[in-house]
Amino acid sequence: MLSSGQANPSGKADYLGLGLLILGLALPWILYPVLATNIIVWALFAVGFNLLLGYTGLLSFGHAMFFGGASYITGIVILHAHLPTPLALLVGVAFSVVLAYIVGVLSIRTQGIYFAMITLAIAQVVYFAVTVFIGWTGGENGLQGVPRGTFFGIPLENDRMMYYAWLLIAIIVVAFVKRVIHSPFGQVLKAIRENEQRARSLGYNVDHYKLMAFILSAAVSGLAGGMLVVHQHFTVMDSVDWRTSGEVVMMTLLGGMGTVYGPVIGAAFYLLLSDRLAVLVNAPGVVIGSIFVLTILLFRRGIVGEIIGRLDARRARGSQEA
Amino acid sequence: MAEPRVVLSAKGLCKDFRGFRAVNDVSIDIREGTIHALIGPNGAGKTTVFNLLSGFLVPSAGDIVYRGRHITRMDPALIARLGIVRSFQISSIFPHLSVLDNVKVALQSKTELPKRFWVSESTTSRFDARALELLEAVGLTPYAYGLAVHLSYGRKRALELAISMALDPTVLLLDEPMAGMGAEDVEGMTELVRRFAKGRTVLLVEHNLSVVSALSDRITVLQRGSVLTEGTYEEVRSDPRVIDAYLGGQQD
Repeated sequence: MLSSGQANPSGKADYLGLGLLILGLALPWILYPVLATNIIVWALFAVGFNLLLGYTGLLSFGHAMFFGGASYITGIVILHAHLPTPLALLVGVAFSVVLAYIVGVLSIRTQGIYFAMITLAIAQVVYFAVTVFIGWTGGENGLQGVPRGTFFGIPLENDRMMYYAWLLIAIIVVAFVKRVIHSPFGQVLKAIRENEQRARSLGYNVDHYKLMAFILSAAVSGLAGGMLVVHQHFTVMDSVDWRTSGEVVMMTLLGGMGTVYGPVIGAAFYLLLSDRLAVLVNAPGVVIGSIFVLTILLFRRGIVGEIIGRLDARRARGSQEA
Repeated sequence: MAEPRVVLSAKGLCKDFRGFRAVNDVSIDIREGTIHALIGPNGAGKTTVFNLLSGFLVPSAGDIVYRGRHITRMDPALIARLGIVRSFQISSIFPHLSVLDNVKVALQSKTELPKRFWVSESTTSRFDARALELLEAVGLTPYAYGLAVHLSYGRKRALELAISMALDPTVLLLDEPMAGMGAEDVEGMTELVRRFAKGRTVLLVEHNLSVVSALSDRITVLQRGSVLTEGTYEEVRSDPRVIDAYLGGQQD
């Protein structure tokens, strides 16, 4: 009666993923392509962030150091070392991985608010590094005039081409993250999130798994940061600012942490809202903040989390009656 | 009959919490293949001893030896890997994983598989058969694919036991496995513990004295952090100090 494939979450058809894929393909014909690309970049950042918050239960409040930091590094190696775009993106990822290893070793043993504070503090150090090395970063003016180059033959200066190239990367990375989440490693991460003590009592070296999750999360965030600078032609200090660290928390919570696609939807929702509100009201932050508070109060699990939760509850009721 | 050899031994264990001595000079020898119960009134230090033995607390003084190896200051994860597996007083499961995955996470821990974040989910299917077998043993087969959070209290405790058993422990430390259970569940749980204890060594912390009498080969009585006495159920029951500790010290 109980075959192993039955009721296996990943064995089910991935309707949400399919829907998002179709929407993703149509997006630059619905929105202006630059906004659409921005959604891809931030969605990827949020997906990376969610690997840590949603699947490991660690709240980093300094993820801008990976996103923004890698955006500077990627931009710098394109401008000064004239690296081809794909290679420059990889350099940005490598930077994030090394930085995450150092930050992780320093912070991973701390819990809850202490972890958030340490990551915030180190992110501020990165922020000040950007202000100090003006020769490289451009300081207040930001790093300007970064050419997009080409991506395996795709000319990125065309906005729609740019979009589809980044969409392709995003699809590959999201598929990779999904695989990680469902891997035996991902199961351990979830176990740590659910009950750290118990995971330890089962013989798991909890700190090792947290550190690995932190590094993977930073790598994806760094890739998103590199994609940001390439598509914008520039990066500014906002990208390493603590507000950016806060924004990715909001996006992830809005969409639903601990769900594969929640952060994607959260990022899209957040950016669309910001874009529309910017022309409608004087202080869009107030409106976004209010919507955020309302969403969290009404749908604690975020948009996708709430949908999945209700479907699960219905299924659980159904199976109990059966 | 010669006594079986000592598998886990604590000597002169002490634990201070900010000047308060919760455990004072506790020595205990747990012999291979036996069920050893740790009883005592509330606040006697049973759970603290438990946490010391499993590495979740570091003793202020004393030594713990497991099969000739000093494990006194060892990391709890390492101790678990050596074969001393503990349960928790509050049902300690992974609520938002499926019941099956709760057991599979435990089964995986002995392999190198969970270190590999790039391998696919299907690699864990090799644990399905053993996990389902364990769930069958604790009567949770119908709930295997539901989330653990939806289980009733008694079933959560059964799941917790299945998780511990998945590690195939040499020494199983059970912290009040019957706590908060109704009479009918207690009976089933007693039977489960008896079945799982075959070929293993068990240290059991338990309040319910009829369970203790039904299961234990040997009993250590703690009072205010110290060992009051040790012996078989009959010996302990007739000890006037034990009667005094239970009747005079607390009402249950």
